[in-house]
Amino acid sequence: MAATALAKTVPLAYQARITHVSKSYGRQLVLDDINLQVEPGQFVTLLGASGCGKSTLLNLVAGLDRPTAGSIETPHGRPALMFQEHALFPWLTAGKNIELVLRLGGWDRAARRQEAERLLDLVRLKGAYGKRVHELSGGMRQRVALARALAQDCRLLLMDEPFAALDAITRDVLHEELTRIWQQTGISILFVTHNVREAIRLAQRVVLLSSRPGRVVREWQVDIPQPRRIEDPGVAGLSTEITEVLRDEIRRHGQH
Amino acid sequence: MASTESKGRTQAHDLARLEAGLDALESPQRRRTPARDVLLRKVLPPLLAVALVLAGWQLLVWLRVTSDYKLPPPSATWDSFRQLWLRGELLDVIWTSVSRGLSGFLLALAIGTPLGLVVARVWFVRAAIRPILAGLQSLPSVAWVPAAVLWLGLNDSMMYAVILLGAVPSIANGLIAGIEQIPPLYFRAGQTIGATGLRSMRHIVLPAALPSYVAGLKQGWAFSWRSLMAAEIIASSPDLGLGLGQLLENGRNNADMPGVFLGIMLILVVGIAIDLLVFSPVERHILRGRGLLIDAGPRS
Repeated sequence: MAATALAKTVPLAYQARITHVSKSYGRQLVLDDINLQVEPGQFVTLLGASGCGKSTLLNLVAGLDRPTAGSIETPHGRPALMFQEHALFPWLTAGKNIELVLRLGGWDRAARRQEAERLLDLVRLKGAYGKRVHELSGGMRQRVALARALAQDCRLLLMDEPFAALDAITRDVLHEELTRIWQQTGISILFVTHNVREAIRLAQRVVLLSSRPGRVVREWQVDIPQPRRIEDPGVAGLSTEITEVLRDEIRRHGQH
Repeated sequence: MASTESKGRTQAHDLARLEAGLDALESPQRRRTPARDVLLRKVLPPLLAVALVLAGWQLLVWLRVTSDYKLPPPSATWDSFRQLWLRGELLDVIWTSVSRGLSGFLLALAIGTPLGLVVARVWFVRAAIRPILAGLQSLPSVAWVPAAVLWLGLNDSMMYAVILLGAVPSIANGLIAGIEQIPPLYFRAGQTIGATGLRSMRHIVLPAALPSYVAGLKQGWAFSWRSLMAAEIIASSPDLGLGLGQLLENGRNNADMPGVFLGIMLILVVGIAIDLLVFSPVERHILRGRGLLIDAGPRS
């Protein structure tokens, strides 16, 4: 709870503050009284089974949808959002996909090119500038998508199961890549996943949501030093503990 | 301390190399088809088909299945072609029709595009005229000719009216279908990067709908050309000049079967040529850029 103390001393020292947020679609309550704060530079994963509304919550934070009750503050502007599908535009090259974001952000032409090259270099895709989306592998597409999200130059990055569709080897590499970029840029990340080990591998804080409606069940601090690996004993140990709680949550839905 | 730092650097280096290896292994491989293969797979089969048709035609003439008057030999048709060329009329006739067809098509483009946009984006307009637009596509445009003649008289505007009624629905429908098929993910992605309203139209909607739009243009051209030929055949007047349709109609009036054959073939060849020279390259370029084009050829 050191985080709360920090928030008190420095005003607006958070990248996102979710206060008593509920969301319902018609009569169905999807999210119930969610409270969550993402501190500057913090990596938080939202973990939950299907139907816990984690993607809904991310959409709310991204401003794509409005909460039914409660408030969401993102004081440093609109956060960037990355999806499970790369969502790159197939009619543009990798570089132009990034430049479109910059263009909409009001950058001038010459600076756009330079910045796009820099971001591609950051995700280690130097030389992919002129490549079309279909010429890239799944992992490369997600890295271009990450570069495109970073082009928004915001302090908060929302990620909606961005590695779920990748093979295990590629996913491992992208975990390392994301950790490196997170440390290098100092941005905050709110990362949604249903994969317990992935959540622990990446985050400083793991927040577990229950399903139908989504509520915050429990939260864990992950103190294993980075760079971690998904097969580290510490990761496995915590994963057993969290999985047990998650399974209990899921079991509750089987009792009628 | 120094050793941890260098260890960290080695790890980073290892990761970079691992990643480069994965990228190399998993990137789709591109192969270029050699020119000889293109010739063998793309040019040879249609040439062979044409040769077969000509041979079959000649065979039917030799077998005397019907009188020469009804089925002239290929050589007679070739003679008509040469005479038309020697009289210096061939290019004029083709140009009269092609220029009419193309300017009618451009006009249809200028009307069909905004119409398609409005129908796709404004729900009330869509509900009101989408079914009518779809229905108009199945109405043969030749059905408009009598009405157009009565309204506008025997002149070029009548021709354009018939072309427009044939092509505008195709072009508008292509664009509407293209917009309806845009994956919702593109809109969400666009919204998160700040492409809303007109910017969304310019940067997301139009480029995403382009392949279907171009398919609509292609069909629009085919409809323009058909409608024009129908109009030229039915409505002939000295004021209208000699186009391909009139050439065909003159052949019928003079009971000149080689001339009729020549007319049919010229109409076909011009239609194919415009498609091959203008629309197909544009379409292939767009589809290839998006990785949507699978090259035809023998499958292994």
